[in-house]
Amino acid sequence: MSPQLLPRRSLRFLEAVATPHGVDSYLEQIDPLLVAGECRAEVVGVERGTEESATLTMRPNRAWRGFRAGQFVEVAVEIDGVRHQRCYSPACVEGRATTIEITVKRHPEGLVSNFLVDRAEPGMVVGLSAGQGDFQLPEQRPESVFLIGGGSGITPLMAILRTLFAEAYERPVAFLYYAPDAERCIYREELERLAATHPSFRLLRSYTRAPGTGELDGHFSPTHLPESDPCFADAETFACGPPALLDAVRGTWANGLEHRLHVESFVPPSFVPVGAAGEGAIRFAGPEVEVANSGASLLEQAEAAGLSPAYGCRMGICHTCTCRKRAGTHKNLITGEVSSAPDEEIQLCVSAALGDLIVEL
Amino acid sequence: MTTAAPTAPPPSPTAVEGLTTNPYGLTPEQFEQLGEEMDAIRQRVLADRGQRDADYIRGIIRAQRGLEVAGRGLLWAGVVPPFWLAGTAALSLSKILDNMEIGHNVMHGQYEWMNDPKLSGKQFEWDTACPADQWRHSHNYMHHTHTNIVGKDRDIGYGVLRMSEEQEWKPYYLGNPLWAALLATFFEYGVALHDLEVERIAEGEISLMDKRELLKGIGTKVRAQALKDYVFFPALSGPLFAFPLAGNATANIVRNLWSFTIIFCGHFPEGTHEFDEAETENETRGQWYHRQALGSANLSGGRLFHILSGNLSFQIEHHLFPDLPANRYAEISVEVQEICERYGLPYNVGPLHRQFGSVVKKICRLALPDSPRTVARRGLGGLAGGAGKLLSLGKRSVLALK
Repeated sequence: MSPQLLPRRSLRFLEAVATPHGVDSYLEQIDPLLVAGECRAEVVGVERGTEESATLTMRPNRAWRGFRAGQFVEVAVEIDGVRHQRCYSPACVEGRATTIEITVKRHPEGLVSNFLVDRAEPGMVVGLSAGQGDFQLPEQRPESVFLIGGGSGITPLMAILRTLFAEAYERPVAFLYYAPDAERCIYREELERLAATHPSFRLLRSYTRAPGTGELDGHFSPTHLPESDPCFADAETFACGPPALLDAVRGTWANGLEHRLHVESFVPPSFVPVGAAGEGAIRFAGPEVEVANSGASLLEQAEAAGLSPAYGCRMGICHTCTCRKRAGTHKNLITGEVSSAPDEEIQLCVSAALGDLIVEL
Repeated sequence: MTTAAPTAPPPSPTAVEGLTTNPYGLTPEQFEQLGEEMDAIRQRVLADRGQRDADYIRGIIRAQRGLEVAGRGLLWAGVVPPFWLAGTAALSLSKILDNMEIGHNVMHGQYEWMNDPKLSGKQFEWDTACPADQWRHSHNYMHHTHTNIVGKDRDIGYGVLRMSEEQEWKPYYLGNPLWAALLATFFEYGVALHDLEVERIAEGEISLMDKRELLKGIGTKVRAQALKDYVFFPALSGPLFAFPLAGNATANIVRNLWSFTIIFCGHFPEGTHEFDEAETENETRGQWYHRQALGSANLSGGRLFHILSGNLSFQIEHHLFPDLPANRYAEISVEVQEICERYGLPYNVGPLHRQFGSVVKKICRLALPDSPRTVARRGLGGLAGGAGKLLSLGKRSVLALK
């Protein structure tokens, strides 16, 4: 129940009679969107521009706390009984608007992205987190803004652009965007319309596989940077795209301009490199201890590092040592099962890391 | 692979060195193979978990929430006798489902693979007096790891009953049947006080102060539960508060009696084996499976009966694979039974009345001092590393071999 609907005392009473499961666990039996303690969203629109992507419009429930332009949200879907979470950057105007929009691009091995591209339909309910990440448009709007994007890295930049123009921002904005060709320039029509109607907005595109069709040619190079309106060196710069683009951008901003550069990169989880047993480093988040991975079970390695996580049977039966793995690949020593999924509950006593791994103790 | 053994081989407690708890004389190779066969079942089900298991547990939760709301609603108007009866029945069923098929199984981590925080074994809380955290320790770890090891598995008598000849008789145990009836009636509190180790406090080994933190946790949980069932919901009926109050109390007791019955049928019917702490050190995986199978007993019945028992009617399968989704036990049981037959191991199964009847008999028998024969056997057991006792246990177990 939300505080707006009921006075606090009634709320306390309701929670006391709904103990131990809580009011939400009864409400969700009527409608999964009625819960107050967990943000969920209903998919209200699906637009499949190409075979390769889908743009989803979602209406969050009342637990939604909004996001800032540039931030990402975690979207949770259930596939064959298993909940999976992935990060997506909304492309819409920031705040607590009634709907948010994300664009999902297909990846060859992307379980969640392929599921959403193929199967998302209106009425589907997904989990949704509040906006996260430091990559965001500052509340105090900058004097001038420079955006650099590549491929699907355009989405947080679209949120920034749309937010600025929705606020009638009139100071200089430039957008340097890289895509293979005009067909794969997501939001092309909207960008062109914005460029035509806002004299303060400079749109610079390079279609890397179709030279001569954009304002610029080839991959990112310092020669692509505008010297004025805005001058890249004076503008607050936001870059999002593939690692190669971001590396090149970082190199250019290396000499005293770093504080003006904000970057965001997403590496899809299915591309997390899988190391071998005994390779990489294990970080025990919480106590913040990092050790070189010896290949032994995570419980043994934590204990060897002087930590004392809770444990019971030490044979994978009792689940006393279950902890949340944030990232990395682990192998179940009993079943041999290997998993790279982020945010997963694992049993320390029968799990070993393959390469780098972060686990919350 | 072993070939099918038509009859149980004669007991030879020394077939595996270091493990005299081997009444059916399995060879080290057989233990190894038994472990592999059980692991293979486990592996196969793990790989197959999916939508149908998720739908199953969500369906049970949905049914439980529905029964609870219906029960509370009917009991609100409990002054009307048919409403009181229907409301009490619905609330009893709700609490039984909540504790057995949902709470017990979710807290085992059976649905952790779903990655849904609400079905996470570590976060789940249930509608009973025992705080979930304490249960996870006393049950998931202590009981499931040390199943039927006298002196380690506190489920053997819950510290108040004599359920094994290995517990030395004292005059206090003359009240065994009475204590059992009281424990059954107030079972949720018995479970809540499981880790308090009352018998050690009574003997002066530890003091109540040592258990302060534990008691605080129990107090908080018991208070919340009691306020809900005995103050808030009755208060909603105003001057007619006595009807929901009585209904809620009855539902709690019905659940207590039911869960006591099911749980005591899991390890105490005639034919289940007990083990000695020293004998079970350095167990192999196969030996562990072997102990779990021999120390547990199943109940036969229909689908609804299995659901209401939290599938603990498949106690053998549950103890072999405590973290597999319980809705899978029925299908696994066919294979487990076949494996047991092939290795000449008993597979203890019977209808509720028979299994519970033998539990009641045991409770009464153990109220009295042991007969001279039993004492003599124990004496011999002490000399010969428990072999005598095991011989007698072995004989008793054959009845289930059918």
